[in-house]
Amino acid sequence: MSQQSLTTRSSEDALASVVVVDYGLGNLRSVTRGLERAGAAVTITDDSAAFAEADGVVLPGVGAFREGVENADPIREDLLAVADRGQPLFGICLGMQMLLTTSEEGATDGDAAVTGLDLVPGTNVRFDHGQKVPHMGWNELSVERAHPLVEGVDTETEGDRAAGATGGSVDGRYAYFVHSYYAVPDDDGATVASTDYDLEFPAIVANESGNVFGTQFHPEKSGETGLTILRNFVDICVAYRRGRDA
Amino acid sequence: MLTKRIIPCIDVDLDDDGNPAVYTGVHFEDLKYTGDPVEMARAYNEAGADEFVFLDITASADGRETMLDVVSQVADEVFIPLTVGGGIRTTEDIKETLRAGADKVSITTGALERPELVNEGARAFGSQCIVISVDARRRFDEDGEHYTQVDGESCWFECTKKGGREGTGIDVLEWAAEAESRGAGELFVNSIDKDGTKDGYDIPLTSAVCDVVDTPVIASSGCGGPEHMHEVFTEANADAGLAASIFHFDEYSIADVKSYLDERDVPVRF
Repeated sequence: MSQQSLTTRSSEDALASVVVVDYGLGNLRSVTRGLERAGAAVTITDDSAAFAEADGVVLPGVGAFREGVENADPIREDLLAVADRGQPLFGICLGMQMLLTTSEEGATDGDAAVTGLDLVPGTNVRFDHGQKVPHMGWNELSVERAHPLVEGVDTETEGDRAAGATGGSVDGRYAYFVHSYYAVPDDDGATVASTDYDLEFPAIVANESGNVFGTQFHPEKSGETGLTILRNFVDICVAYRRGRDA
Repeated sequence: MLTKRIIPCIDVDLDDDGNPAVYTGVHFEDLKYTGDPVEMARAYNEAGADEFVFLDITASADGRETMLDVVSQVADEVFIPLTVGGGIRTTEDIKETLRAGADKVSITTGALERPELVNEGARAFGSQCIVISVDARRRFDEDGEHYTQVDGESCWFECTKKGGREGTGIDVLEWAAEAESRGAGELFVNSIDKDGTKDGYDIPLTSAVCDVVDTPVIASSGCGGPEHMHEVFTEANADAGLAASIFHFDEYSIADVKSYLDERDVPVRF
């Protein structure tokens, strides 16, 4: 992997600094633009030294579980350290699935040794109730429990955002999904929001302490709902920085 | 519940000065200037489009460059999925298009001529971004493999190339199943017979394709109004309905179509 990084927006006018982890999978353009729109200064890098300084870390990804886990292996310990420090760690799509422990997608390759980050214990299983696979398109979010990613943060900071540009609740709104596997966390309480595709599955999961979370859908492709999620994430990052600096 | 997607299709050509321009045609011919692609994408996004399909209809190197530029501009400000097609023949073409900001590529001729391209694309970039597009034509002869009743007559559907100008002898249903098994994540079904007619999608064709594959199917060609979208979702089980001229010429807004569907209990996103 190359040790190069690219900062795409000046940090002066940004609310928070966010690292988008580049581990060689997927198109990072839209997620970067979306985060910028939400007020973040984005650094795209695989250099783990940048993780600690950031206000939040995004683990994106499309593709297969095995490939994702293997590609991210060199930075595995660094990602675990992000979670340990209490920094916001946001997995998107495959990045969310990698927060769990295992996947049928890895096991079907005949090698059960592919282990995710295990930050949200559980497994990823394939849709097999006769649904069209992949689950592709816009589907509705039902918020199951409180979490700042789905309801916004009260950062109590006048001037941080222009009026009307704040995040907020996404309950009952639609998000864009593309996936063939879905998460089954060991603890039902890990599910922050669910979606119905002939069965209920978690659209958003989070760990117990709340700083590690992920969306099965693509916020960067989910129009205004997605931007709301990204704004909420940026607010979570702002709150983290304030706590750390206080 | 998963909603049915309403997708405006934007055919990108070059105007006389080499700038990107959208033209809308009838039966893949008689093109009429309709607007600037980036402006149109902005407007459709605000109007509630669920996704965009951009097709490069220039089939030239200049057209390709321009197309990638249009895609980047749209991707940087419109946060919904973009599918881009036209002239994609190699994994390098796929990579370039995705890098410009497309979420999916739509491949027609390139995959018919070299089916391994589907496997290569799916392996390198994931099935979710490989859309296989067919330009189907009804044939009322004995050369097909799978026959469907259309208006009391028996026909089969042939894959064509060059917008219907060239036949291949390949049965659409055979090809759809093969493309899926090679890793296609979605099928985009155009009908040469229906294109530009505005008298409805090719329901027998779309149903037949939906019956042979499990992957999502985008129906295209022939949409003249909300009732045709309703028909293709309820009678053919399509996952998405694509239309061009009804939206481009402001005959119906995307909201009109969605309200019509919603009133008839077809799930749509608002």
